[in-house]
Parts: sequence; C-alpha cells; structure tokens
Amino acid sequence: MPRVVVEVMPKPEILDPQGKAVHGALPRLGFDGILDVRQGKRFELEVTETDEATLAEVREIAATLLSNPVIEDFAVRIEGA
Amino acid sequence: MKIGVVTFPGSLDDADARRAVRLAGGEPVALWHDEHDLKGVDAVILPGGFSYGDYLRCGAIARFAPVMTEVVAAANGGLPVLGICNGFQILCESHLLPGALIRNDHRTFICRDQLLRVENVGTAWTNGYQAGQEIVIPLKNGEGGFVADDATLDRLEGEGRVVFRYVDVNPNGSLRDIAGITNERGNVVGLMPHPEHAIEELCGPGTDGLGFFTSALATLAGVA
Repeated sequence: MPRVVVEVMPKPEILDPQGKAVHGALPRLGFDGILDVRQGKRFELEVTETDEATLAEVREIAATLLSNPVIEDFAVRIEGA
Repeated sequence: MKIGVVTFPGSLDDADARRAVRLAGGEPVALWHDEHDLKGVDAVILPGGFSYGDYLRCGAIARFAPVMTEVVAAANGGLPVLGICNGFQILCESHLLPGALIRNDHRTFICRDQLLRVENVGTAWTNGYQAGQEIVIPLKNGEGGFVADDATLDRLEGEGRVVFRYVDVNPNGSLRDIAGITNERGNVVGLMPHPEHAIEELCGPGTDGLGFFTSALATLAGVA
C-alpha cells in the first residue's frame, strides 16, 4: 500500500517546551554540539492511490484534525517518492 | 433554568460542574458526547478533564464529537457556553474562541489556588462580578499556556475580550497573563482555572467561583 506522510511541527514563533526538555537533556548525555531541538509529530496514512484527489483529501485531514493552524505547520509528502 | 454539562470520554469535572449549577440554583442536565442532543438546555458547560486522553492535542478529538456540532451551532446562535480547562481547549480547537493552549512553559503540571482579575463583566458568565474584582479560583493543568499571534492578542485586548487575567503569578506561560477570554458576542467564555471547585467553603479556597453559575442563571432569567 502506498503511504502518505504528514509531518506536523510547532510554528517557529511558538514555544516548544517538549523540544526544550529534550534539548536540555543532551548535555547530560555528553552531547554538547546541538543548538536547539524542536519536537513535532509524524503521521503515516495508508492510501490506495496517491493521486491528486487523495493528496487533496490528506491535506484537508492535516489542516482540520492532524494540525492546529494556530500553533502548527504541516507538510504532506508521498513516502518513497 | 437548565444548564447542560457535556461528558466526553475522559471528562473529570463534569459531576462537579453539575453540582455547581445545582448549588447556584439551576437545574443541571447531563449531556453525552455521542448524541446530537442538547436536551433543550438554556446553557452549556464543557467541563475539565482529559477528553480522549488528550491524544493528538488537548480538545482536538472532542471537537468532532457529535454533541459539539450542536454546541457550535447553538453557541453561534447566542447560547451561553462556558469552557473550563479542557473545555477551554475544546472551544479553541472548535474555533469558537481564538488562540490555543500549549504545554506549560515550565513543563510541569501545576495545581494551585490562583488569583484572577475579572476584566470583563459583560459576559453571560461574569455579569455578577465587579469590574476589576480579584477572585481565587483553583487552577490545575499541564497544558494551559494561552498563545495567539500578536494581532489576535491586540484585538482581544482592544475589544475587551480578555475576561480574566492571572494576578501575581503567571502559572503556565500564558501570553499577556491571559487566563480566560470571550467571543465577540460575550456568550462563549473559556478559562483554564476551575470555578466549579470554588463554590463551597468546606472544599476549596472559598466561594468565588459560584458567580460564574449565578451569572449565567441571571443572564437566562433576563435580569443581568
């Protein structure tokens, strides 16, 4: 089955406490070179086809349910494409 | 006067909200998330809790519950709606209120008796308070940081739609200390603190929260 991936990230101007927590843990593990961490979500949607109609539907799903446009951006891509 | 309280899977404070309605002199009506039925109520409360386990985003799945279709339509028609904590998150996800609630800036769950200033006493849920009155209401949340873009924040402040502000302590990183807001019409109010936990001297920090429910009853009786 082809798969469409939706990635959701907090908008750059929105505080990301989870990313900050992860970033804060890195020096304790000895990794000192990472400047910042932002944490998002990845959704994998299995579809029968990856035509434009399906992608349009996925974009609508991403905009209405998977992301909140007030605080998040999303990107849609076909996996393996 | 009938005030409905919606129970979603994962709601916690629905029973407390119904009790608050009763102690204020109203008739509480239990509403169920899976029904397209408001049972003829005169106002609706979306209670606190963790609807749908807070999966995806707080309130994101509850927004699409069958009962919310009716709540959104009724709210747009002027029905008084109060969203408390998770209910506030649901109202924002439903676009009945602007902005969003994100994880607390200090990344920990917080539970405290919180001082608030009532800045708008023209709403269906605050007309029993005095402008500028300070009240103590319990606050308990992990994702209570109110955020919106600057234009939205400016508009909310310019239109007097910031209903409550945190005083002394900003407990969750909310922008401009905003604890609660209303829509343009003033019938929909959302806030993170829990007025239903401040209705009796015996349990809670006092009775400062009772005014939410008596305000709504006064609005419905046409005496506000």
